[in-house]
Amino acid sequence: MWSFSEIANSIHEWLSKTFNPTWTLIFEMVIAGVAVIGLFALLGLVLVIMERKVSAWMQIRLGPNRVGPKGMLQSLADTVKLIVKEGLTPNGADKIMFNLAPFIAMIVAMLLLAPIAFAKNFQLWDLNIGVLYVSAVSSIMVISILIAGWSSNNKYSLLGAMRSGAQIVSYELSAGLSILAIVVLSGSLQVSDIINSQADGWWIFKGHIPAIIAFITFIIAVTAETNRAPFDLAEAESELTAGFHTEYSGMKFALFFLAEYVNVFIVCAIGATLFLGGWMPFHIGNWTGFNHAMDYIPSSIWFFGKTFFLIFVIMWFRWTFPRLRIDQLLNLEWKYLLPISMINLLLVTVMAILKWHF
Amino acid sequence: MAVGKYIKDVFGVVKSLATGMKRTLYYFFHHKEIITQEYPDNRDTLVLPERFKGEVVMPHDEKNEHRCTGCQACELACPNGTIKVITKFDMIDGKKKKAIDKLVYHLELCTMCNLCIEACPSDAIKMAQTFEHSVFDRNKLIKVLNNPGSKIMEGVE
Repeated sequence: MWSFSEIANSIHEWLSKTFNPTWTLIFEMVIAGVAVIGLFALLGLVLVIMERKVSAWMQIRLGPNRVGPKGMLQSLADTVKLIVKEGLTPNGADKIMFNLAPFIAMIVAMLLLAPIAFAKNFQLWDLNIGVLYVSAVSSIMVISILIAGWSSNNKYSLLGAMRSGAQIVSYELSAGLSILAIVVLSGSLQVSDIINSQADGWWIFKGHIPAIIAFITFIIAVTAETNRAPFDLAEAESELTAGFHTEYSGMKFALFFLAEYVNVFIVCAIGATLFLGGWMPFHIGNWTGFNHAMDYIPSSIWFFGKTFFLIFVIMWFRWTFPRLRIDQLLNLEWKYLLPISMINLLLVTVMAILKWHF
Repeated sequence: MAVGKYIKDVFGVVKSLATGMKRTLYYFFHHKEIITQEYPDNRDTLVLPERFKGEVVMPHDEKNEHRCTGCQACELACPNGTIKVITKFDMIDGKKKKAIDKLVYHLELCTMCNLCIEACPSDAIKMAQTFEHSVFDRNKLIKVLNNPGSKIMEGVE
């Protein structure tokens, strides 16, 4: 039976037999880089068509149905269109910053991918502060948006970027607090430890109601952090044309677009890791027979299944709820989500100390 | 009480959002309710909604009679001068009677607002559901709604 970890191990063995350790490391880094870029391209294609189909079915429409079987090649056609388009830089723009911003967005997305465990023993970098690293690096995302907004020399871009700054700074808090709830329960910041602590049940089931509240606040906060509707004030088509990427076109626009979808994938992967057990199959306490049956499904399928379920939930939010106004957005965070998640963190801490969780 | 209202607000919001999400999930799994018409492909079996409005027409019966009295209510009701009623006087039993000569309808100006149909006191005009109006000559969009030689129906005043 082959798995991701076995493939990675056999490549590593072959490389270390053939080359010396330095070249092995270099080749492994190149392979990892190419794999990450390939994953991004694949995610862009899959998530765009998924988004369009989900939105169409939720709004009783048909969605793309012309290119390829049932319109499944639509996103490929869109990609070709975006590649051949001209990437225009406006005259009044700050040229270096303007061209740098989309790449910063992509680099942040790549950095965020490092501590995510895609399958059993298959992880780019299992650092001991994985969760802290993720929440720290994800806030760099706002810098690329601010650069894009400022350097475009356009009032819509600037307004969108400023809104995005206020929004991400606010929602980092409740996202961080809901992540902390799981860190308190599992007692570790390392991603592999958090996943192993869920071997006898996922935290969303083991942690009673506080874990469910933490999960809901996490989903709301990351929806806001990735600038998706109902919190897409940074682009707000009806008010700001396209917000921070009004002036972008061609492949530079596509990079922002791709970064949005990759970020959605990453936050959903983190949500799945923390609350739904990552690659850990669905286990119930001591039911060994049931647990063994669940182990037959490969761990990568569990991980991607959970992640895509969460992505579907976030798309479901987007195509159901109307956009919030900026004051409503900040009210929701500072008056509702933050107090609730603080009280919730207190409850979780009491629960973890008294060992009330399973 | 403030705290009570706060908690009630939170639960009210969660409940109303869940209602909306239930609705969209229902649509997501019921593809048969899709309202999109794949127009050029299903041109023969096209189903238009009841209130779809395509152009103003004047129905005539089999004796080539219409119900228009030439009162010009539609012309007055029209917000952008789409309808022009040109009247003439018929001699009936030695008395002069007002009747329409031509009811000119400018399709290119019409916004399908339905105000003329609502203004008409004798239900002489109505909205048809035809919509393939494109022509190469703008003058073809200027239409005369009453058929040549048509008369007013008996008993319509």
